Amino acid sequence: MNRKYLAAPFSLWMALFTIVPILLVAVYAFTDAGGTFTLENFSKVLDPLYLGVLLRSVGMALLCTLICLVIGYPAAYFLAKKEIDPRGALVLLFILPMWMNFLLRTYAWLALLESNGLITSTLNRLLTLLGAEGEVRLLYSYGAVLMGMVYNYLPFMVLPLYTVLSKIDPRVVEAAQDLGAGRAQVLSRVVLPLSLPGVASGVTMVFMPAVTTFVISRLLGGAQFKLFGDLIEQQFLFTGDWNLGSAMSLIMMALLLLSMGLMKGFGDKEERGQDA
Amino acid sequence: MKRLPVLLASLLALALLLAGCAPAKESITVYNWEDYICPEALDLFTEETGIQVNYVRFTTNEEMYIKLARGGASYDVAFPSDYMIERMITNDMLLPLDHEKLPNFSNTSAWLQDPDYDPGSKYSAPYMWGTVGILYNTKMTGGPIDSWEAMWDEKYQRNVLMMDSVRDSLGVTLCSLGYDLNTRALTELEQARDKLIRQRESGVLLAYGVDEIKDKMANNEAALGLVWSGDAITSIDINPDLAYCVPKEGSNIWADGMVIPKTSKNPDGAIRFIDFMMRPEIAAMNSEYIGYSTPNDAALALLDDDLVSDPTFNPSPEVIARCSFFHDVADVADLYDRIWVEVTAN
Amino acid sequence: MKAERRKGGAGRFFQRMYLALVLLFLYAPILTLIVFSFNASKSRARWDGFTLRWYAELFRDPDILNALYVTLGVAVLAAALATVIGTLGAIGIHRMRRRSKALWLLVNNVNMLTPDIVIGVSLMLLFLFFKLPLGFFTMLLAHVTFNIPYVVLSVLPKLRQMNESAYEAALDLGASPGQALCKVVVPEILPGILSGALLAFTLSLDDFVISFFTTSQVQNLSTLIYSMAKRGINPTINALSTLLFAAVLLLLLLLNKRVDLAEQR
Repeated sequence: MNRKYLAAPFSLWMALFTIVPILLVAVYAFTDAGGTFTLENFSKVLDPLYLGVLLRSVGMALLCTLICLVIGYPAAYFLAKKEIDPRGALVLLFILPMWMNFLLRTYAWLALLESNGLITSTLNRLLTLLGAEGEVRLLYSYGAVLMGMVYNYLPFMVLPLYTVLSKIDPRVVEAAQDLGAGRAQVLSRVVLPLSLPGVASGVTMVFMPAVTTFVISRLLGGAQFKLFGDLIEQQFLFTGDWNLGSAMSLIMMALLLLSMGLMKGFGDKEERGQDA
Repeated sequence: MKRLPVLLASLLALALLLAGCAPAKESITVYNWEDYICPEALDLFTEETGIQVNYVRFTTNEEMYIKLARGGASYDVAFPSDYMIERMITNDMLLPLDHEKLPNFSNTSAWLQDPDYDPGSKYSAPYMWGTVGILYNTKMTGGPIDSWEAMWDEKYQRNVLMMDSVRDSLGVTLCSLGYDLNTRALTELEQARDKLIRQRESGVLLAYGVDEIKDKMANNEAALGLVWSGDAITSIDINPDLAYCVPKEGSNIWADGMVIPKTSKNPDGAIRFIDFMMRPEIAAMNSEYIGYSTPNDAALALLDDDLVSDPTFNPSPEVIARCSFFHDVADVADLYDRIWVEVTAN
Repeated sequence: MKAERRKGGAGRFFQRMYLALVLLFLYAPILTLIVFSFNASKSRARWDGFTLRWYAELFRDPDILNALYVTLGVAVLAAALATVIGTLGAIGIHRMRRRSKALWLLVNNVNMLTPDIVIGVSLMLLFLFFKLPLGFFTMLLAHVTFNIPYVVLSVLPKLRQMNESAYEAALDLGASPGQALCKVVVPEILPGILSGALLAFTLSLDDFVISFFTTSQVQNLSTLIYSMAKRGINPTINALSTLLFAAVLLLLLLLNKRVDLAEQR
């Protein structure tokens, strides 16, 4: 028996539940409600209205990724340092929230951010004490949506970074120090370049779900900052225009595969650079 | 290989689960809104008839329509609203109701026995009805409100909640402009769209929500909210500072009906269920539990006098007269969809 | 490193503070849920004293209990099926010739990189195309589908590390291919299989988007929470999340202990 035939169930499953559905989406995207070929769905998505939403979604996802990187890199770096003793337990603490239902976590922010919620009311009391006029409202804003995204995806950034950083051989760092590198130099010339594969996979793991998110904007943004994911959902479950929805899905997928390809090319180049 | 027993056990469990899904007893699948029936009423029905009820929820009429029209699933009773009943009739998705098997239909208020979305109630039996209006916090507004214009008043910065539903939010905006809320006229729709955008840009709007509005209002999170009358009653119960009005410019009146989709596998059980729900004591029980108005005159007699005399629950004929039902606008769905994207995504 | 440690008092303090702040950010909403699950008042605005009422209500609510069973059932079955299919798939792919190997790895990656919402709608289109009623079974199929790639990717590296000649040796010594596979290959790659299974189980528990599109007659916790919480955040949901959190915490601590023991060995 050739072991490669063990992949048969896998191949069959993937063909039926990955390839066929994507082809089905493509068929819907290139046809109209009557089933005749058309490109109209795509020209609709390229309409400035929808395109604007797509661009905003991408922009927001990029911003979210950047914030996650800025917050997550130091966290992963400190975690990876041997100095902090209960290291395993700390890493677990970063994984734990991912196991809580994503909707529950997001709903909990509602309770914190609404006017009577803990954060907003404390902030407002503080502002009144300082003599400021008026009332701050945190919920239902662009910032609230962005925060919700960062909150949900931060662990996806920290974990791959941590994995890479903790594998850096301490001898490499020591060697650099022995050769007279200062702290900043060790960080920028040794640790950072060695951690780039982790940065690449962290960025991928955050950007991907962030650009397609569709519930967070409704919950924390009060449905005022609809993103491309919301539009796709709206086409499938509200308007019922599956052809347009399919075209949107296809464009979204192409965009993602393209950016992942770029990201991967970048990562490969880095690796080759290291080998040299 | 230790995993083999585990695998076998899982497969066995799967087989059992699938067998569990297959109806051993007679059953019906009811497709209704979340939290829109008294659980006890379902139990009583099963107790009396022996028919098990599988209760499945939807959150918008449109979602229900798509899952019924395109889904492989079969539902025996569904609870769409007026305009959606109209669309389902047009698309030949419903079974006509056999009125001989609905002796309790005679309890229905006269004005809903022949609604304009389903003449002669051929396909639907009314379940609940109500109005759309403004729920407001009297402490924050400082007095009563009687006009839609309050929802554009710039003194309520970040204090107005609208519905995340194009028909409702756009509909009342059309009313505020003095237009028909079923209009297909582009210029009228564009004016309403611009007015909604202005509501956002002037900073009056806090959020678009649907069911969470009543919760937010009860928690003093906003001054004004666009709600269905039934939700207003629930919120006012919790927070006595709240009041409800149907603005003078007119508004939407709606009715949710019970229908039997053509794909039903048990239409006999379905019609028994519908008739059961129209019994006076059951209709009263549901109305009390949900807080929405019942179209059942006999049930009204069983309800608390305080509730029946509440104009939010039981509006006067003048209020009903200035309101109109939604009608299906599926032919211009594109336009409505676009408008909603322009309002909510820019 | 040594030099750093000597002067590191302030630095270490800063590091700890930083990690504590990030963790506070991650846990603030979860702690809020836990606190409110014991609040006698239904309102989130005030504290009316301690109660266990919501926990009692939780266990009387047939909808929530049902959804919990569905969630666990789907997660266990989907993880089991995906682990079997994915592990066999990985072994098979590992033995393939270069071109078909690249092809199936690509399919695997495309599945992983497809946004959840697109997987959700595309599977919905497929199921509706074949007139399958959207329910437990379709949700299970969908969960197996998005789990498989993760299992494949956790098993493959272990296969690459494995010594090929062990399998050949087993065959030479008279083992059947099946025996060689079970007795030689599987034990070698077991850590990969286990971590794949765990990952699959986790992903399945947490999923909302794909479930949302692939079921309508049967609800799991995510879809139930979605429709329930729209009616106002019910304290029973807080009680449920507290229990889930406690269960997950316990599970992770146990797993961590086992990993530690294994590492020591």
